[in-house]
Amino acid sequence: MSLFDFFFPKKPASASIAKERLQIVLAHERADRDRPDFLPRLQKELLAVVTKYVAVEEDMIRVSLGKAGNASVLEINVEVPHTAITGPARAVPA
Amino acid sequence: MGKTTTSAAFAAGLALRGHKTVVIDFDVGLRNLDLVMGCERRVVFDFINVINGDATLNQALIRDKRIDSLYIFPTSQTRDKEALKREGVDWVMRELRNDFEYVICDSPAGIEHGALTALYHADAAIIVTNPEVSSVRDSDRIIGILAARSRRAEKRESPVEEHLLLTRYSPERVKKGEMLSVDDVKEILSLPLLGIIPESPTVLRASNTGIPVILDAESPAGRAYEDAVARFVGEQREMRFSLPERRSFLRGWFGRAAT
Repeated sequence: MSLFDFFFPKKPASASIAKERLQIVLAHERADRDRPDFLPRLQKELLAVVTKYVAVEEDMIRVSLGKAGNASVLEINVEVPHTAITGPARAVPA
Repeated sequence: MGKTTTSAAFAAGLALRGHKTVVIDFDVGLRNLDLVMGCERRVVFDFINVINGDATLNQALIRDKRIDSLYIFPTSQTRDKEALKREGVDWVMRELRNDFEYVICDSPAGIEHGALTALYHADAAIIVTNPEVSSVRDSDRIIGILAARSRRAEKRESPVEEHLLLTRYSPERVKKGEMLSVDDVKEILSLPLLGIIPESPTVLRASNTGIPVILDAESPAGRAYEDAVARFVGEQREMRFSLPERRSFLRGWFGRAAT
């Protein structure tokens, strides 16, 4: 590295920044595109059922559809806070 | 992005090769193909008139004065965007398919009714993209919609044939790292490349005068469109305009005055 380069570092070309940003945003959008539209509804209904028994927030339930080999995998993750189980029992609406 | 310029150039290019071609404006309320084709004073009836039964298809089609086998089908200036009724458009497209070798549908921007109607009947789609983040992202979105909402997708037929056309390309700026390169865009969208249209002042001159740029023998963009049309019909053409023009010493000094 010459002394000149040291004092005047080259900025990365804006075209390569553009490419990188596009690749990231499009990867997300393409994943969303293939999502069946019942997933948000499923997530809402699951949340309604789970909150009857444990206090969970909306963002603690994640529903996703993935692929494993030839099969599609419906993955449901429910994050249960420690206090929701050990804490005082909540009134459960009938 | 150059959709109307491209539609006009492709329609003229195909007609010049002897194919009976019609170019349809799908941008209801924002009619512009007539201006680009230079026939704005000859519009009497339009797409909506035909759909509503107020005029026949033949009354609405405008025959180009320069090329015998070329026809223009203008859209309406109505503000009712939903005026392109499904059954009416289906009927018009069936009629045109029977009468013409090529039916070019000039899609409006966006993903609203007009654009969805324009892409619905497509057998082949030319995705016109600028080497710019917003344009590339929108193109990706349209590619997704083509795969999901076209007639071919609905009827589970073979998918719409897709082509990438990169417009307003400046090899000099690509070389400096200021613009996405053709390879970048190809890689991001993973589409086969139909052509590169160089940024050129002659494109504005063409629309100013109402002459499709492909008819301008002096225009680099016109030559690039000619190559793209040739590739579209299956000819092999070398990809020009992807590298900066080599300027001779003299052209470097005097070229500016000549262009």
